[in-house]
Amino acid sequence: MTVNPASPAQAPERATADPGTPAGPGTPTPEANSAVPAPARRRMPPRAWVALGFLALVVLGAAVGPLLLPYSATETDLPNRLLPPGARLSDGGVALLGTDQLGRDLLAQILAGSRVSVIVGLATVLIGGFAGLVLGLLAGYFGGWIDTLISRLGDAQLAFPSVLLAILIAGVLGPSLTNIIIALAVTRWVIFARVVRASALTVQGLEYVESARVVGAGHVRILVRYILPSCWAPLLVAGTAQIGLAMVAEASLSFLGLGVPVTQASWGATISDGRDYLSSAWWISTLPGVALALVVVVVGLVSDAYRDHTDPRAAL
Amino acid sequence: MTDTRPPHGGTPTPTDGAPLISLTDLRLTLGRGAGAVDLVRGVSLDVPQGTTVAVVGESGSGKSLTALSMMGLLPPGVTVGGGDIVFDGTPVARLTEREWQPLRGRQLGMIFQDPLSALNPCIRVGDQIAEMFRLRAGLGRREARDRAVESMVEVGIPDAERRARSYPHEFSGGMRQRVMIAMALSLQPRLLIADEPTTALDVTVQAQIMRLLIARKQARGLTMILISHDLGVVSRSADSVVVMYAGRVVESGPSREVLTRPAHPYTVGLMRSVPDRRRPGAALEAIPGQPPDPRTVPSGCAFHPRCPMARDRCRTEVPALRPVGPARASACHFADEVVGGGANLPETNDASEVSGHV
Amino acid sequence: MSESTPVLRVKDLHVDYRLTGGLFSRGRRVRAVAGVDLVVPAGSTVGIVGESGCGKSTLARTIVGLLPPASGQVLLGDVDLATASRATRRRLRPDVQMVFQDPYASLNPWMTVRDLISEPWQIHPGIVPRERWDAEVDRLLELVGLRSSQRGLRPHQFSGGQRQRICIARSLAVRPKVIVCDEAVSALDVSIRAQILNLLRDVQAETGVSYVFVSHDLGVVRHIADSVAVMYLGRFVEQGRTDEVFGAPAHPYTQALLSAAPAVDDWRHDRPEEIVLGGEVPSPLAPPSGCRFRTRCFKARDSCAQIEPELTDWAAGHQVACHFAEADARYGIVG
Repeated sequence: MTVNPASPAQAPERATADPGTPAGPGTPTPEANSAVPAPARRRMPPRAWVALGFLALVVLGAAVGPLLLPYSATETDLPNRLLPPGARLSDGGVALLGTDQLGRDLLAQILAGSRVSVIVGLATVLIGGFAGLVLGLLAGYFGGWIDTLISRLGDAQLAFPSVLLAILIAGVLGPSLTNIIIALAVTRWVIFARVVRASALTVQGLEYVESARVVGAGHVRILVRYILPSCWAPLLVAGTAQIGLAMVAEASLSFLGLGVPVTQASWGATISDGRDYLSSAWWISTLPGVALALVVVVVGLVSDAYRDHTDPRAAL
Repeated sequence: MTDTRPPHGGTPTPTDGAPLISLTDLRLTLGRGAGAVDLVRGVSLDVPQGTTVAVVGESGSGKSLTALSMMGLLPPGVTVGGGDIVFDGTPVARLTEREWQPLRGRQLGMIFQDPLSALNPCIRVGDQIAEMFRLRAGLGRREARDRAVESMVEVGIPDAERRARSYPHEFSGGMRQRVMIAMALSLQPRLLIADEPTTALDVTVQAQIMRLLIARKQARGLTMILISHDLGVVSRSADSVVVMYAGRVVESGPSREVLTRPAHPYTVGLMRSVPDRRRPGAALEAIPGQPPDPRTVPSGCAFHPRCPMARDRCRTEVPALRPVGPARASACHFADEVVGGGANLPETNDASEVSGHV
Repeated sequence: MSESTPVLRVKDLHVDYRLTGGLFSRGRRVRAVAGVDLVVPAGSTVGIVGESGCGKSTLARTIVGLLPPASGQVLLGDVDLATASRATRRRLRPDVQMVFQDPYASLNPWMTVRDLISEPWQIHPGIVPRERWDAEVDRLLELVGLRSSQRGLRPHQFSGGQRQRICIARSLAVRPKVIVCDEAVSALDVSIRAQILNLLRDVQAETGVSYVFVSHDLGVVRHIADSVAVMYLGRFVEQGRTDEVFGAPAHPYTQALLSAAPAVDDWRHDRPEEIVLGGEVPSPLAPPSGCRFRTRCFKARDSCAQIEPELTDWAAGHQVACHFAEADARYGIVG
């Protein structure tokens, strides 16, 4: 038989058990509507918890790290330049991760840079996500010319490399934290809008939305109470994934000198600073790079775990 | 349609001659260890050569799983927890996927409820059928192609030569089901399992498909297992019927007898739930409550919370499936009462009155 | 059949479906409902039967206002819902409610039972004062056979049959005059289906609501409907009192439908040879000329391709659209 293997193994039914309800005639019983009852809701795997813990540590470090460290991330200290990790400073202290060509402490730079990364990552996703949510909802729910307009705009923007667009915007606006966030949010909204539009389209064809129309519900009520709740989960999944990507994009802009002003530390700027010393002082570029890679991977892990956790079948 | 039925249908009891396939105390279990749940809880049935046996039940009764187990197509997580399946003298319940392969298609064919999801949407229909001949019967490309068109003609697809070049989505539901039948029968299997073959179809198309199935079955001398929730379809096409409830067989016997003088209160309830053409508008005698969750099957007889005849014994003692007449069996402590007593369907003696009435 | 004044009338209704066009083609219009008249008397049930694609669901959705008619009227009392002002439509909206086919998809999964039932009162203030919401929710739950303690639960905690009960309670919340049931019991198991059919009957006896009951299941329609219309490719081919239409069907299509519908007790009847129609329903994009049924009809003659038969009186309370109508009680399913 060349039957599609998916067909006999029908997806488990949507019915989920509620162990809290009392038994008895007429009580809600999960209906085994298909051959197989739904498995119990999965728990988050341990590696997701490890990743989440690491992420919490990064955020904590970004928030309070620079306050605890005796060294400044921007103050130059030429006598102690280009020290390898673990070296002793002239004043007797230890540079755990070494110093750069101007004698700035690398650990302090990485902690200060993580602050920028976290702020940019979160703010970009929040702003871009909100814009994408609104536009995606409108496009998916109303369809017609609104959808055409928003979707084509998004397509046109996606056809243009997003880093180039960000460089363009950041170049025009000038280097500042706010401008970086604006530039990145502009390049990100399309992704969120697409995700939201897709789930709005799906939900909007379901009978429960029609049932709302039949009782006379208006557009606002349908959008907020019927469509929006189903869009949260995919939006959050896309959001977590985008946090990491926004951090990379920020580092890229800072690497190119279009990011935060030189007075502020940023991973991208530090990596850029260490370029000329790769052969003699590898740690300057490598360590912030490792930090960036670690954070992005960990964000990805959390995002994946979250996506698996919010199984769309369990959501409805 | 009655003309297609042999005068004495085969019955799923061990007393008959060698069955083509037989299940013995089959258990199908979801999961492992402490959380394991039995979805099919000990089903025994024999399907004699050349007969049509219908398996009837509601959602969650285990009828579809039972059918899938006979094809070795259990969904992931479900395993054979006990008992055995013997096909033509060979135990097959614990075969590996590799060992199942040669049996499927050649020995056993299957038709699903939803032909659209069982057909590959990206391959032309003719090529899908031809593939069966090429891979499984070793025919050449040209020859397989001709055989595919031939088999499409056999199942009544008009303009088969041209339609063979269409994709599944270009077919209507009825035509897709015909394609499924053509594929299932292409390698001349001995047993055909039809899982709700007409549920997704319109009434008039349903009639065409059932007629086609029975015609093909007779032409090939096939044995057929018909899984259905529709007692009407069953009564028209099956020799014998097996009624399942909560993963067990509650009644079995020749379909005509089971459907006129049911021996289990659940069968009685099912039949009374169908609107009675003789008493339009009257309240239906619905079975109260709903089928149990496999995780919390009631003690004793699983049907007792919904049974109008339930007594203390039903709550504690699991009734065995025992003979209640020639070739009939029922799993009710009070089966004799059900058959003999007032639980009969109303007015079984009014055939003359009905025809005179209209 | 009820003699009372009709609560809902449908007059010469046409409904189009627009197929979305490709890049270089304009969307084409498909006429899904092509001229249908229907009268729904107060407190009675009108059944609409037909196969998939015949337009019965489109008709149902147009009646409740989910689709706009291309022409014709949907009259609630004396007001045409299609041409009425927004305000009027909003005021009359509660009068026509709908119960959908799939109980798993027709309830908002994010809302509790209490919210689901009381939401219409938020939308239409004045039906039930806010302080009586809880009491009214409890009353409706009891009416549909659920317990008031279940009002805090969400849809996924209920079985299919129970969800359909919630749908019925929600549609009753606005005290409608008509409830359109679109295949409302088709997705349910046999034993649960009987429970819901009985519930619909009880609700009608209690509230006097009318039903437009759309279904492909002839047995169910036979059971619940006072009058029935048989639909084929967007038109009614036979219409009338249920006992008339199903007892002595005069249109070949109705005869074929009835003869094809399997019943548990077939062998108890002296049934004539089953009519198995050839082919399938033609595409509504290109309906046959003349009589729409002629391509599958066993009585078709040349004239059927030229002249489209009108729905004309055949017997008291019984109309048929066939040039060669002939009542045949052998196919009837009424004792």
